[in-house]
Amino acid sequence: MEDNVILRIGAKILIPFILMFALYVQFHGDYGPGGGFQAGVIFAAAFILYALIYGVDTAKRVLPLRFAWFCGALGVWIYAGVGVVTLFMGAEFLNYNVLRHDPEHGQELGILLVELGVLTTVFGVMVAIFYMFAARRQVR
Amino acid sequence: MLAVTALALLKLRNLFAVAMLAGIYSLLSAGLFVALDAVDVAFTEAAVGAGISTILLLGTLSLVGHDQKKSTRSSVVPLLVVLVTGSILVYGTLDMPPYGDPGNPAHHHVAPHYLEESEHEIGIPNVVTSVLASYRGYDTMGETTVIFTAMVGVLLLMGGVRRREGSATLDGKPDREGDAHGG
Repeated sequence: MEDNVILRIGAKILIPFILMFALYVQFHGDYGPGGGFQAGVIFAAAFILYALIYGVDTAKRVLPLRFAWFCGALGVWIYAGVGVVTLFMGAEFLNYNVLRHDPEHGQELGILLVELGVLTTVFGVMVAIFYMFAARRQVR
Repeated sequence: MLAVTALALLKLRNLFAVAMLAGIYSLLSAGLFVALDAVDVAFTEAAVGAGISTILLLGTLSLVGHDQKKSTRSSVVPLLVVLVTGSILVYGTLDMPPYGDPGNPAHHHVAPHYLEESEHEIGIPNVVTSVLASYRGYDTMGETTVIFTAMVGVLLLMGGVRRREGSATLDGKPDREGDAHGG
């Protein structure tokens, strides 16, 4: 697909908007439908589109497979880390009330961080799985 | 529409068309979820079911080929199993409370508390997000871990490390070995 001018230019125009939309879904999840999971999938879709149009090797220079793995693990770390932090601040695991002085703000911060963890894991895992399938194809 | 798509999925032998139809099926069910006012679920279904899993299915197809082999075994026993399981499931639904009845248990356990209090307790307007990330934070953490586990599983099956260009292999086995296992 690398010679197809319309696809290349179209993807180039679309990808920034896809990334922006993913971030919108992530940070607007408090007010409308959406959240870390959906945002992570959309974010990954942008990179998968890039890999489909420009080739997996080019995409790997932007986002190495190792980094995708790292993201996949980091997200779980962030999520569980928030829980451990609340433990040390004297509440139950994942009770965000104590993160700030005001419980409501604490909840908001906690949800933001946790959703960030979900986003990171989903994004990393989706891209990593796609890379691994694609790498398999090249070997054959 | 969903039933027609499902029947077409069964009949088709060209796996490429099957993958595309599976995506269409997901998109249709996303529409169904919107009609049921479950926009969050619809969003997920559209993004994951119609988007990512179609891409992954197509990726798998490029590995295994586009045509399904004709099955030689008789389909009587599978049909029987499916019929029995289906009738048990239908029998199970007879005990379910009527759809949309305000007296259903689902509307009386914790749901009223979430709907009325989450605005003050959590401070964000979207109740779905409050339930997912705060009230049911453990569940969501479990789900995140499941996704992570999926990556580890694919990593083990597809041997991502061995494919890295020219570097030493993890367990010292040559590349051929991995092919023989996987293919």
